[in-house]
Formats: sequence, C-alpha cells, structure tokens
Amino acid sequence: MNEVAQDMTADRAKMAVSDEEVIQIRSMNKWYGDFHVLRDINLTVNRGERIVVCGPSGSGKSTLIRCINRLEEHQAGDIIVDGTELNSDLKNIDKIRAEVGMVFQHFNLFPHLTILENCTLAPIWVRKTPKKDAEETAMHFLTKVKIPEQANKYPGQLSGGQQQRVAIARALCMRPRIMLFDEPTSALDPEMIKEVLDTMISLAEEGMTMICVTHEMGFARQVANRVIFMDQGQIVEQNEPEPFFNDPQSDRTKLFLSQILGH
Amino acid sequence: MTDMPNTGNSALYVRREMLAQQPPPPSTVGVVGWLRENLFRGPVNSTITVLILLMILWLAPGIASWAFIDATWNAKSLSECRQLGEGACWAVIVERFGQFIYGFYPAEERWRPNLAFLLMLLAFAFALFDEVPGVSKEVWARIRPGGLVFSAVFPFIAYWLIWGGSIWGPIGLVATPVVGYFAAVGVDKLNSQYGPFLPDTLPVPSIVGLVAALVWLLGGMQLVAGALTAISPEFFPLWLPAVESKSLGGFLLATIIGVAGIVLSLPIGILLALGRRSGLFFIQTVCIVFIECMRGVPLITLLFVASTTLSFLFPPDSNLDELLRVVIMVTIFASAYMAEVIRGGLASLPPGQYEAADAMGLNYWQATRLIIMPQALKVSIPNIVNTFIGLFKDTTLVAVIGLLDVIGLITATRADSAWNGINWELYIFAALFFFIACFAMSRYSMYLERKLATDRR
Repeated sequence: MNEVAQDMTADRAKMAVSDEEVIQIRSMNKWYGDFHVLRDINLTVNRGERIVVCGPSGSGKSTLIRCINRLEEHQAGDIIVDGTELNSDLKNIDKIRAEVGMVFQHFNLFPHLTILENCTLAPIWVRKTPKKDAEETAMHFLTKVKIPEQANKYPGQLSGGQQQRVAIARALCMRPRIMLFDEPTSALDPEMIKEVLDTMISLAEEGMTMICVTHEMGFARQVANRVIFMDQGQIVEQNEPEPFFNDPQSDRTKLFLSQILGH
Repeated sequence: MTDMPNTGNSALYVRREMLAQQPPPPSTVGVVGWLRENLFRGPVNSTITVLILLMILWLAPGIASWAFIDATWNAKSLSECRQLGEGACWAVIVERFGQFIYGFYPAEERWRPNLAFLLMLLAFAFALFDEVPGVSKEVWARIRPGGLVFSAVFPFIAYWLIWGGSIWGPIGLVATPVVGYFAAVGVDKLNSQYGPFLPDTLPVPSIVGLVAALVWLLGGMQLVAGALTAISPEFFPLWLPAVESKSLGGFLLATIIGVAGIVLSLPIGILLALGRRSGLFFIQTVCIVFIECMRGVPLITLLFVASTTLSFLFPPDSNLDELLRVVIMVTIFASAYMAEVIRGGLASLPPGQYEAADAMGLNYWQATRLIIMPQALKVSIPNIVNTFIGLFKDTTLVAVIGLLDVIGLITATRADSAWNGINWELYIFAALFFFIACFAMSRYSMYLERKLATDRR
C-alpha cells in the first residue's frame, strides 16, 4: 500500500484523459412498465475519465450504469460502448460485457467457488484463457488488492471489505477497458470502506475508465474528473468536482449536497 | 465489576489490559457435557430420558426373542414353523429368497443381475464420491475421469446384462452421440477445408450431427446391429440368452424402475425447471402444462395408462415393452416433482448471482451450468433426495398393474396354501429392503450437504 493511497490523496497527474470516446449515450430512455425511470440521458465518456454519479435514491443512477452493460434494457435511444452498439444482438452484448467490468453493492461473489475460482471463471470460459495463465493473472490482481493469501478460501470466510476487493480483482481479471461501480461501499462497515476506496484510487491512477455510483463525496473530490447529479431519472447537473461541490448551480443539487454534507 | 476503577461519578472507564481467551467450564464439554446438554437438561428432559430407557428395556427382550431367539429359519410351511418355534418364521424368506430378489429370472442366469448390481455400485461410486475409503486420493482422482465414462456407459451394460440378447443393440445406442459428433465435426472440417460454403447464420454442422444421430437411432443402428448379429450370433461374450421383462420381479424390478427413474428424472426435471423460468412464452407454457398435468394425476392412474392405453400413442406394430412403459411413466411423474423442487432452488438464489454471471459475459448455458445450477441443486438436495425416496418407494405400486415386484410376490406367497396366514415376516423383510435403500440415500444427501457447505466452513 503506497503512502499516497493510505492518505486517500490521489495523484491526479497520473490520471490522463484521452480524446477517444469509449461510451456514447444518446437520448436514452427507459421505462419499468409505465414508470419512466431514465429520461433523455445524454452522456459521453472519454477513455481515462473517472465519473462519479450521485443523487437521491430512486433517481435512476444505478439503472443508468446497469444499462451500459445491458443488465437493464433501454427502450429508446442509443448506447455505444467501445464502438459496439448495444442492441438485442446477443453477440454484441456478450462482447461488451467482456470489456466492461462491474462491481456490485453486495459483491455478488459466487459462494460455491473459492476466491481463485471466482477470479478465473470468466477468463477461462469467456476469454478461453488456459487455466494456468488465468490463475497467474488472478494471483496478480489478488496481490494488487492485497489479499493473495485468501485465494483458496471461500467468499463466506472473508470480511465484507475483503469480499469487495475480491470482486474488484475478479472484474479486473477480464482485463476490462471500463469499470462500473454500483455503490461499492454502501454495504460495508465504516472500517472497511477505506480499504475498498484505496483500491479504487489506485485503479484510477492506472488510467482505468471508471463510472462510480457512490455517496463517498471525499472520493468524488479526489478522484473524479466529473461529477454527475441525477434526480427523477434525469441528469440535473454535471461539472468538475471543485465547482460542483463549491458552487452548485441547480436548487435540487444544492438541497442534495446540503443534506449529505450537512452533518 | 470489581476491576472497575472507582472514578466517582465520572463516566470514564479505560481498560488497560485486554483479556486472553479462557477455556470453557469442564462440565460443558466432552461426554459429560454432551449428556447434560442432550439427555439430562432439566427435570422434564431427565424424566423423558429415564422413561424412554425403561421402555426400551421393556420392549427389547420381547422383540429379540421373537425375531432371533425363538425364530425358525428352516421349514417347508407355516404349520411346520409354528411347531418348531414360537417366534418369527423367517423360513418363508429363506425358501423364497431367490424369488423375492429376482422374481422369475432363470436361476442359472442370476449372475447377470448380480454382476449388473456390483457394476452399478461401482458406477455410483465414480459418479457420487470424491474419495473412497481404502483408495488413496491421488489414485482415485486419476482413475475417476475414466470411471465417469464407465458410469455413463453403465446403463447400456446393465441393459444388456439383464435382458441379454445381442450386444450390438446396446452398443448401437451408445454409438448414437458418437455418430452425431463425427458427422458434425466432419461437416465442419469440410466447410473449413474447401472454403466456407455454409451460411454463417445457421449452425449447420450441429444440425447435420443431430440429423445423423436421429437417422442412426431410427434406422441405421438396427441395420448395422442386425447385420453384426447375423455374423456373430453366438460368440459368447457378444450374446447372452434373452430374458423377457415378464420374468423380472422382486427387488430386482424395484431397483431397475427406481434407479432408472431417479437417474432420468433429475436431468429432465432440471430442463423442465429451466424451461418454466425461461421467459420464452411457448417453452414456458409447454413446461407448465406438462408439470401441472403430471403432478395433478395420481401415479397409479399413470401406471394404468402405461399398461393399457399408452401403446395407442405408438405405431401399431411397435411393441413397446411393458416395463419400459412403466419406467417412462414413473420418470415423467418424478420429473414433474423434480422440476418444482429445482425451481424452488433456482428461486432461492439472490438475483445478484445471475447479474454477476451476466456482467462477466458468461452466456446462458455457461451461467446456468457453472453458477446457477451448482447453487440451486445444493439448496435443493434435501428436497431432491426426498423426491428420490418417494419415487423409490412408489415403485411398489407397479404390483397394481400386475408386475411381480416384491409386494406382488408377497401377495402371491400369502395366497400359497403352505404359507397361508403369514404376514409380519414378509412385510418386515420388504420394509428392511426399502429402509436400507432409502437410508443410504438419506445418508448420502447428508454427506453431500456437509461436503458442499462452503459458507460455514
């Protein structure tokens, strides 16, 4: 663990954003039955960007990032990920899912497999990586998230923070070009939040494109290059972190920030 | 509270030293602890323990003298038995043992079901156990892949051993997937070797393989097998005297129906459960209709259908063996139950498991096989084994349609003038057989649950 991550001060100099657009979302709409959950979403993400999405519960922020790897299906508009358009073509969906890693609020590790097997499963079956190579890669990333010694244990034997770090390692083993984080620290004890955030910071420092739904505003300030505020299924405000927190424009954003930062 | 420093009315308390772990009190561990915990926990528990011990002491001598001390093991009839001893007349079992086990299977051929039974135990060992006492783990791990192939081929070996006839028929059946596979691979090779001439959109090689397998199954197999049988009709290892289904009976019959039903109903049940949850309208509807219809009908009705009306559904000249029809019906009935059991297991998985599998890019069958099914089956083990046990005991219902399973044979024995009036011994014997089989299944399920308990290890 390097000193910088320890102090949760990220090195922004390392986080370069390129001109290449990796995600394009155009006029995207989604309904759950009659309920219009995402309304006219337009969002472009460049390679290397770290985007934090925040907003009150039910604002559609999780649904938004779950549309990016088709865990949820959008009904109107376009989503293009890494040049591949998301439509009902299963080949495209599988291709995008293999390129996009996802970390869930409740970890969703596979409880019947060991930590190592959790990490090698997708590389072996989706990428057709030889088992030995997959295990080497898995150990590399488990070392990176600082739990190589747990490789042969089962998820149920690990703490929440450790499980979430395994989940991050598991996603990294697919060598994704984009990482989605869906409230990765919301289900963790306060003592374990930091170890997961540290892992995410070091990932950002390596130039990973990240979209994080989170309420960790400290993380947003330090790592994000853009913060998006959503309410009622719409993007209400987006800005760089400094002006976003210090000088919010919309009343809704001001109210939200005063509520989560007020105490 | 003694080590609490007296700080007046201040709320301050600081622990200077952390306590090390202490051993538990001696009376709560070991044999004494177990006795206290389980047998003598409070006056009510202790009274019940004593009363039950007294009851066992009171009953045991009577049972022992009836079942063993005063029992008769050799006699020709019930009246002879009664003269020889006061106790149980096991002589009837001794005299009719062969019949109860094999039915009317020819005595000189009984080595065949015996061998099939031993091979079955071996096939089960390969399929069910990670380690076997007396065999080192490495050796077992090395021979197991081959063993699993044996387990897969075993049903055909057993079929040939028990029914006899030419070996070419069963071999033809085993060869079906092989024929399909080579047809598919062959087409694929031709396609890639001589420039791609097949459309991308259809899985042509797979379709060709499937068609080839079907053609083989419905016609080619019989032709080839017939020709080979004509060439080698009486080479001993390739030909066994045929035994008709009518001659099968007793526990042999129960085992055949039970094992076939168990082994077939699990995969069919899995497919039905997946179909019911698939969200594909027609597949879902077909599965629901099938499951509800089969569950909604008593097994006896299905067995009567099997013995009387099922042949109407097949071409007039196809003479489907009655036992085969019964196995089909028992399997269908059990798979409907199995489907619901497994659906319960599938429903118990948190949706996050499906999402994680999807998010990693696993396709439907990969996710089902690697992530969903292992977990769903694990939580369903007690219910699956419950269904297996129910199915195995239900095999006795075939007596109703005239198959001579052990209950049918017992009825026949009781009607025999020599043994008229004997009941207890016969039914105890039958009960013992079923108990052993069902208890073994129950123990295996407990072993499996322990082995798979990864969350509490």
